[in-house]
Amino acid sequence: MAERCAVIGVGQTRHESKRIDVSQVGLVREAALRALEDAELSWTDIDAVVIGKAPDLFEGVMMPELFLADALGCSGKPMLRVHTAGSVGGSTAIVAASLVEAGVHERVLTVSYEKQSESNAMWALTIRMPFQQGIVAGAGGFFAPLIRSYMRRSKAPEDTGIRVALKDRLNALKNPYAHLKFPDVDFDQIASSPMLWDPIRYLETCPSSDGACAMVLSSEKPAKQASKTPAWVHATSMRTEPTMFAGRDQVNPQAGKDAAKDLYAKAGITDPRKQIDCAEIYVPFSWFEPMWLENLGFAPEGEGWKMTYEGATALDGDMPINMSGGVLSSNPIGASGMLRFAEAANQVRGEAGEHQVDGAKVALGHAYGGGSQYFSMWIVGAEPR
Amino acid sequence: MRDVAILSFAQTPYKRRESERTEVQMVLSVVTDAVEKSGLPKSDIGFTCSGSSDYLAGQSFAFVGAIDGLGAWPPIAESHVEMDGAWALYEAWIKIQTGMCNTALAFSFGRASMGSLPETLNMQLDPYTLGPLGIDSISMAALQARAWLDQDNHTERQMAEVAVRSRKNALNNPDAQLKGDFEVEKLLSEPYLIEPLHKHDCPPITDGANAVVIAAADAVPSGANPVWIRGIDHRIEPHQPGFRDLTQSPSTKLAGEKAGATRLDIAELHAPFTHQELILRDALGLDDDVRINPSGGALAANPMMVAGLTRMGEACREIWAGRAKRALAHATSGHCLQQNLVCVLEGD
Repeated sequence: MAERCAVIGVGQTRHESKRIDVSQVGLVREAALRALEDAELSWTDIDAVVIGKAPDLFEGVMMPELFLADALGCSGKPMLRVHTAGSVGGSTAIVAASLVEAGVHERVLTVSYEKQSESNAMWALTIRMPFQQGIVAGAGGFFAPLIRSYMRRSKAPEDTGIRVALKDRLNALKNPYAHLKFPDVDFDQIASSPMLWDPIRYLETCPSSDGACAMVLSSEKPAKQASKTPAWVHATSMRTEPTMFAGRDQVNPQAGKDAAKDLYAKAGITDPRKQIDCAEIYVPFSWFEPMWLENLGFAPEGEGWKMTYEGATALDGDMPINMSGGVLSSNPIGASGMLRFAEAANQVRGEAGEHQVDGAKVALGHAYGGGSQYFSMWIVGAEPR
Repeated sequence: MRDVAILSFAQTPYKRRESERTEVQMVLSVVTDAVEKSGLPKSDIGFTCSGSSDYLAGQSFAFVGAIDGLGAWPPIAESHVEMDGAWALYEAWIKIQTGMCNTALAFSFGRASMGSLPETLNMQLDPYTLGPLGIDSISMAALQARAWLDQDNHTERQMAEVAVRSRKNALNNPDAQLKGDFEVEKLLSEPYLIEPLHKHDCPPITDGANAVVIAAADAVPSGANPVWIRGIDHRIEPHQPGFRDLTQSPSTKLAGEKAGATRLDIAELHAPFTHQELILRDALGLDDDVRINPSGGALAANPMMVAGLTRMGEACREIWAGRAKRALAHATSGHCLQQNLVCVLEGD
């Protein structure tokens, strides 16, 4: 890598079902201004802007970065627009980091958003391919069979997903920006919530949110001058595989395993569970926590559910997962990946507020998208590597 | 900065409607072709980046299917921009600069024939203040052309001359869609399409795909004929037409300066409308001895999301053919040249 990169500012919006108080412009500015304020910088300090979001059809604007350029202070600057399905928030942060690591820019603003209330995300995610059977409704319809397959393979107890949801919903109560908050949430409330896509219950599912996330990334010198602790980017990785072909393991995808392997090699990590203090991973349906714990190498294959079951992934466990409440609590799709990356950064900066993991020095941010086929992840640390 | 070169370029023949092949088949053919010509084994490609728009296919996640045209197994390091392929190449170039990879593939595809392009591009406008006016992409360009004509004694004849030269140059380009020997007088006697634009001032609607392979100096295989990327930069301007002087292109000017656009033999300019070529030439300060769009440019084939990267490929083809040593390739995005990229290319 030519240059080191660090996160020196983080911002996000309130996430809600319908942010009717703001336009798309207002939404991205809310997050961007908070990130700039956190970095103690202004628009003129920024060299380039990298924006990401999921499908343009969600808001009905083709390449909306073009009209958002004015509001994001891009005039006369380079602006890039990333779209890698659900992993896009993570990929966007990685592209922004690359601009710094390449030595091309010193300070880059990266923003991601989705204003899902402009359309109906569930049906927008119900993709009917030409010449193929339309057999699923919404993302849950696609992922439920994969979860069923995981349950069969791992022989995980049936209530594992409920336990994940309970943990994430309790964490969300500590997060002022979280969309879904159920102050009295308990095991029985989740267990008795309606079954949406068997085995996924209503309260084991992510919401559809309006929201945005932003970060300011910088090279070494501005990072060392920042008054708040920067989060140093130790490693990034992205991997992609095709949606379907005979023999593809959709439950434990090779692309995820390869990305993690590449990431750990770059970050010098040989034992992720010991060397990583906490992780914020993309869990839109509760059961994906144990599935990704295995895919990421935190647990041997078939045993991820044990970590959940034993409480290891709780905020006070030995491997806290989704301290912010995760995707289950806020899901503006285009921003969901960046929210994971930003939470990892805030943890090692000591800026995670009530959901801070004591002494977090190394954290992982993770996102996935498409049919469990796009992966982007990074490791950030309190110290430069 | 690492020295990075374009090793190969491939494109589909450009046509009004690709009815034989799906996007995946188009991608498969250009990617296979570009990788083969690069002299690198496919397994050596360190990073892949594509450019496309869901709005052309009219379907969310349209780019996901294109993965099938890559043979992404074992899994690959890959990214996608919802932009012209020229920006996919930029991201790939950045990735090589970080040292994370030494070679990369950039490709793009677009099938505008699936819908009604001028109306589709209305949805590219600010959805609160501009889009609802119902203005389409040709009308937006017409506003810009009117502003340009109202300045400095500019004439519709100058615009027609661009159309004639472009489509004449395209006669030598086997992949071009719209080519022929036209007469300025005759073109000017035709009725307006949207005043002050005649039909000849506008680009054709095009389906197509293209791909390039790039490599850092230490990864250029022996026997290759590298075209070096001497500089690359891109800039954006405000979206609201009232916030800009539509007769100028300051973002192109700035990108050209940053990319070191001097001492050029040719320039491949991504100017979908005739007056835009004249605005771009002015912004880049191109002399009369710089040959413009030997390929015919976007007036001869304008595959959306593809035509910018095509400019780089066509500039390389001129260099490979020995007709140029140093070339400029330009890409644009958005209405009225809102966003612009300039790349300076040089033969070995």
